[in-house]
Amino acid sequence: MSITENALGDRQRLAYIASQAADSRLNVELETEGMTLNIGPQHPATHGTLRIIARLDGEQVVWAEPSCGYMHRGYEKLAEVRTYPQVTTLINRIDWLGSFANEVPFVLAAEKLMEIEAPVRAQYIRTILFELSRIANVSLFLGDLGVQLGAITPVFFAFRDREYVLNLIESATGGRFHPNFDRIGGLKDDLPAGWVDEARAVMKKLRGFCDQIEDLLFGNEIFQSRTRGIGVVPRDVALQYGLSGANLRASGVDWDLRRDHALPMAWNKVAWKVWTHPDGDSFARCWIRLQETRESTKIVDQLLDSIPAGPVMAKVPKIIKVPEGEAWVSTENPLGEMGYYVVSRGDLGPFRVKIRSASFNNISITPWLLRGVYVPDIVTILASLYFILGDIDR
Amino acid sequence: MNPILAEIPYWGQSLLRVLGGLVAVLLPAGTIVYVFLFKMMSFMQSRLGPMEAGPYGSMQLFAEVGKWLQKEDIVPERADVRIFKMAPVIVLLSTFLLVVAVPFGPDAWFTDFEVGVFYALAVSSISVLGILIAGWASANKYSLLGGLRAAGQLIAYELPMVLAVMGVVIQADTMNLQKIVVAQNSGSMFGFDAMGHPYVISQFVGFVIFMIAIQAELTQAPFDMPIAESELVSGYMTEYSGFRFLIFFIGEFATAGVFAMIAAVLFLGGWGVPFAWFGWTSIDDIDNWMNIAGPIIVLTKMMLLVFIIMWIRFSYPRLREDQLQRFAWKGLIPLALANIMVTSILKVAF
Repeated sequence: MSITENALGDRQRLAYIASQAADSRLNVELETEGMTLNIGPQHPATHGTLRIIARLDGEQVVWAEPSCGYMHRGYEKLAEVRTYPQVTTLINRIDWLGSFANEVPFVLAAEKLMEIEAPVRAQYIRTILFELSRIANVSLFLGDLGVQLGAITPVFFAFRDREYVLNLIESATGGRFHPNFDRIGGLKDDLPAGWVDEARAVMKKLRGFCDQIEDLLFGNEIFQSRTRGIGVVPRDVALQYGLSGANLRASGVDWDLRRDHALPMAWNKVAWKVWTHPDGDSFARCWIRLQETRESTKIVDQLLDSIPAGPVMAKVPKIIKVPEGEAWVSTENPLGEMGYYVVSRGDLGPFRVKIRSASFNNISITPWLLRGVYVPDIVTILASLYFILGDIDR
Repeated sequence: MNPILAEIPYWGQSLLRVLGGLVAVLLPAGTIVYVFLFKMMSFMQSRLGPMEAGPYGSMQLFAEVGKWLQKEDIVPERADVRIFKMAPVIVLLSTFLLVVAVPFGPDAWFTDFEVGVFYALAVSSISVLGILIAGWASANKYSLLGGLRAAGQLIAYELPMVLAVMGVVIQADTMNLQKIVVAQNSGSMFGFDAMGHPYVISQFVGFVIFMIAIQAELTQAPFDMPIAESELVSGYMTEYSGFRFLIFFIGEFATAGVFAMIAAVLFLGGWGVPFAWFGWTSIDDIDNWMNIAGPIIVLTKMMLLVFIIMWIRFSYPRLREDQLQRFAWKGLIPLALANIMVTSILKVAF
């Protein structure tokens, strides 16, 4: 790790030296008795039950370790005793803010094994709902960012405008939080009448929300001084720790599964941009998510314009039996790469499901990243990494 | 001395002043909480705020106070019990000591100090003690961090506050707050006396520094690291519940009101309106009704200043502790010193 060679600014370099010194116990005579601060499992900053054990020297972190598992619900095991259509109800609840997006990779994996493909209209609607859940997820992040930094107003704007998106999802699927709308071979229903026009209006509102957040938060000097140069993840470290999603793109890696994977979805039918940022700091991660929300609204707008007519369900048997085999499908979920490795023995339910959720890998970088930062920066770094506890513990 | 007050016995006067002090602290605190914390914050955040308790939610405050009084008074097992219980009282005490210095009218004052400015700045720092011992006595790591942060922050921002007030003292030639008010309202700017001479105009730099410093003294965002609910849960207040928390809470907003009153006295002309409006020249010309109108004028100016404080509080994110210190020592203090230099040079020159 060539952190000293990178031009990361004096503070980061000093922090690195301090952490090295703490590790090798070089400063024995200067060392004061440290304090172990237990952040979580119930703490306002961890929005969930993540526990971080941090050893402090004054306000500087010399060692930190995330401890997860306080909300482990055993979805991988539970999936083994469910039939395929029942599994979507479970996996909805992994990343509860973008729940529709959780269903898609699993359904795609099952479809891949059965060698069927959803009709084009169903693919379009899937993509639209996928992007809507991304907007619902990330817009809450953008508001929550303010709360983590002490600005209480943005989160209310986020909840106000997120409500429109949730209403859209609800009117299409019947569920605000847990749609459970995906079926193997297509979707449960078609879109209701008038939905397309409403969605266009909402997307316009959401672009306004993005502008508002950019003015209120991203342009603020205090916000910038709290996030710029803080929690820098260099490109090679990001790749080593298996970061994905906006966290990886913020470190300058041009990587987006929506574009890179050939999936039966509609992303490749519209024009949009994958944003990257060279800095890799907290600000870059937040900024990437802001831009992605804007791109998502553009994707939805274009898909609404070009959505084809047709059925939303392919021909599938009444009782779904997935043929023997193994399939791995991952998609670019709001939090990063989310994938399901489905092993089928030809039964009604999967034999084994391995869930690769984005937050677990994203949070695994924290021992490296938190070393040497100050206590207030723990909060900004965790906020900018953006995890959902359900996505860590599954 | 007010002729009406002079006729009643000393204990009666004292009682009146104590009651007046309670009103002067609690009334602004309640008004600030309702108008700004409940309503203005809600409107800024596109919501309505409390609407159920009383017309337009106006009784919400009483409901809240009732709720807090009912709650259990929890003292952590390993806390230093006596000091733990003392801390909120000390914080509120400094507010009461502070309001004593504020003049509300030509005769409506609690005490008429010759060194009012000095006294006000001195007692305002007592609250640091309360916060520090609250953080220490809680036997909680978050509280300790919060208390230490508060101590560092309040000491760092005491200095620019004192230095900003120096400019006013130099210009008014007095440390008596009453005389500062008179000097502002009877003065004129270059012969133009239609609006008196509020020092917010000639001491604008001092005013801005003073407002920033009281924002930090009150631990309001962007300087709310001692409380920093996303990092330190609730800082030095973490372990307090029930009416002890209520005392901290009242202390926070009452102090905001009292500091704003002092800012109004120092920079906005206090209880007075420009004397030239009524053809007065000195305090002796002031009619007695100024004693009635004075408190209302002070409260109006206070609300204006608290509005600015709260406006900033609700829209800004929080600085980091080292950024805060850097801002005070490298930014505000040199600027305040320069302000004193310029003020004294101009004072001698004119």
